[in-house]
Amino acid sequence: MKVDASNPLWRFRGITSTAMFFFAYLYLPIVVLIALSFNENRLATIWTGFTMDWYVTALSNDDMLRAAQNSIVIAVSATVLATIAATLAAMGMSRGRFKGEAGVSAMLVLPLLVPEIVTAIATLLFFVALGIKLGLLTVIIAHTVFCIPFAYLPIRARLEGMDPALVEAANDLYANEWKAFRRVTLPLLWPGILSGAMLSFIISLDDFVISYFVGGAGATTLPIYIFGMIRIGITPEVNAVSAMMLIVSILFVSISFLIDRIRY
Amino acid sequence: MGNIIRSKRFWLVAPAVVYIGFFMAVPLLQMAYVSMLERGDYGGVNWGVFSMDAYISFIFERDLMDNLVVNTDYLQIFARSFGLSAMTTVFALLLGFPTAFYISTQPQSRRNFLIFLVTIPFWTNILVRNYAWMLLLRNGGLIDGALNWMGIETGGLDVLYTPYAVSIGLTYTYLPFMVLPIYASLEKLDHRLVEAAFDLGADKRRAMSRVILPLAAPGIAAGCILVFIPCLGAYVTPELLGGGKFMMIANLIGSQFGAARNWPLGAGLGFVLLALVLISMMVYSFKFKSLPEESR
Repeated sequence: MKVDASNPLWRFRGITSTAMFFFAYLYLPIVVLIALSFNENRLATIWTGFTMDWYVTALSNDDMLRAAQNSIVIAVSATVLATIAATLAAMGMSRGRFKGEAGVSAMLVLPLLVPEIVTAIATLLFFVALGIKLGLLTVIIAHTVFCIPFAYLPIRARLEGMDPALVEAANDLYANEWKAFRRVTLPLLWPGILSGAMLSFIISLDDFVISYFVGGAGATTLPIYIFGMIRIGITPEVNAVSAMMLIVSILFVSISFLIDRIRY
Repeated sequence: MGNIIRSKRFWLVAPAVVYIGFFMAVPLLQMAYVSMLERGDYGGVNWGVFSMDAYISFIFERDLMDNLVVNTDYLQIFARSFGLSAMTTVFALLLGFPTAFYISTQPQSRRNFLIFLVTIPFWTNILVRNYAWMLLLRNGGLIDGALNWMGIETGGLDVLYTPYAVSIGLTYTYLPFMVLPIYASLEKLDHRLVEAAFDLGADKRRAMSRVILPLAAPGIAAGCILVFIPCLGAYVTPELLGGGKFMMIANLIGSQFGAARNWPLGAGLGFVLLALVLISMMVYSFKFKSLPEESR
């Protein structure tokens, strides 16, 4: 819809004010949380001064650092596995139609449709039945599953917008399949791949429900650790750790969004 | 030649499909199988011993005389989940439609930025977002403090750990899913149709109800589905903002793998939830053939 917003005909009553309320509602909790993480006062409600102390306390907590390390190991592994599988799948899906395509498409986005709790318990039961010990490995396996669609969708979208004549031209110029991929497809595709990989990374880093059920005692991730802290009570340390997680996510999404806008 | 190409594509697609198939589709089938097994004496399941107890205990329980009597505990949790999800969908629609409309009337460069703002919270940690609401809603929290400061004596807001808090948190969590598909359908809307309505003497109310809303209907339906379904399976929000007192389906399922230790019941409930989700998806895609781009 291309409209002239200055035309009073397009001004419907309540639209702008509701939109303003919407954005305030959306960002109020985020702003409040980040602000309170710098509050000197232990009782979060009263602002008594700026401090970085809670970040120092949080960052010198060994349990938290171990949880953060687990989270990063899991997120990196799941991202690498999921991005490779998703890139191959996107390339396979991009070359015209084939029999069973609808089924394959449905399978690739299945992890987005199944409620998280159902995925969590089904995967837990599966590992128990196979006799696999719960730990980092089981979490990585489970995370890779739901990271695949998040990596797949941006890569697929990027491929969709690519001119197939470019690869054909490379083939005409005697590039073999691998060379055409490396010298033509990949350089054009990398923003999609990177953006997909970054989305996978955040989704894995942020996941709570699936890690919680599939992780067992040995694989405490950062969100699980935060959950434990919240259970005990609202403290400035939780504010600081939470604010750090928020900032990391927002940073990654922004970068992914910018990369995705790089032109062909 | 066609065969070779097809087989090459097969090998490209295979890793992802086989991976999801083995670690997701197979576990889901196995979950359905476990739901039909007998519960183990000390938790777990007795593999290979079939029993319909899980589905029976969903509605009935055994009293002291070993008779089956109706037990509405679980049904109540389902009813509450549906109620809260419906309420959340309505709130999200009331907030989401005007916002999507507002964004669609903005200049192009601004639109992209606003849509980006809408999506950011979705990518942040769900625990953290709900925790932030705990900070706002608790007694002596920010909203309580602000009301007192303005001279409104609340005597403690008493909102946290109530269904209202859960509903506020759910609306917050799933709001972007309402805005994006509605925006997608409004963006494609031909503004000349609306202007034609004005030229033909329609007032704003009429232009909205007879032209804009009907044309945005597929986006509105997609938004409602995309909010309602994940709401039904929400775990974190009722856990934190409901304080564990207002269980929804997902919490009930989770508890069967924790303290309650009834795996077949948990698996059965999980299967019912999955079926509900897939059926509503199917009904939707049957009714509105193609989903808007964002919701796929």
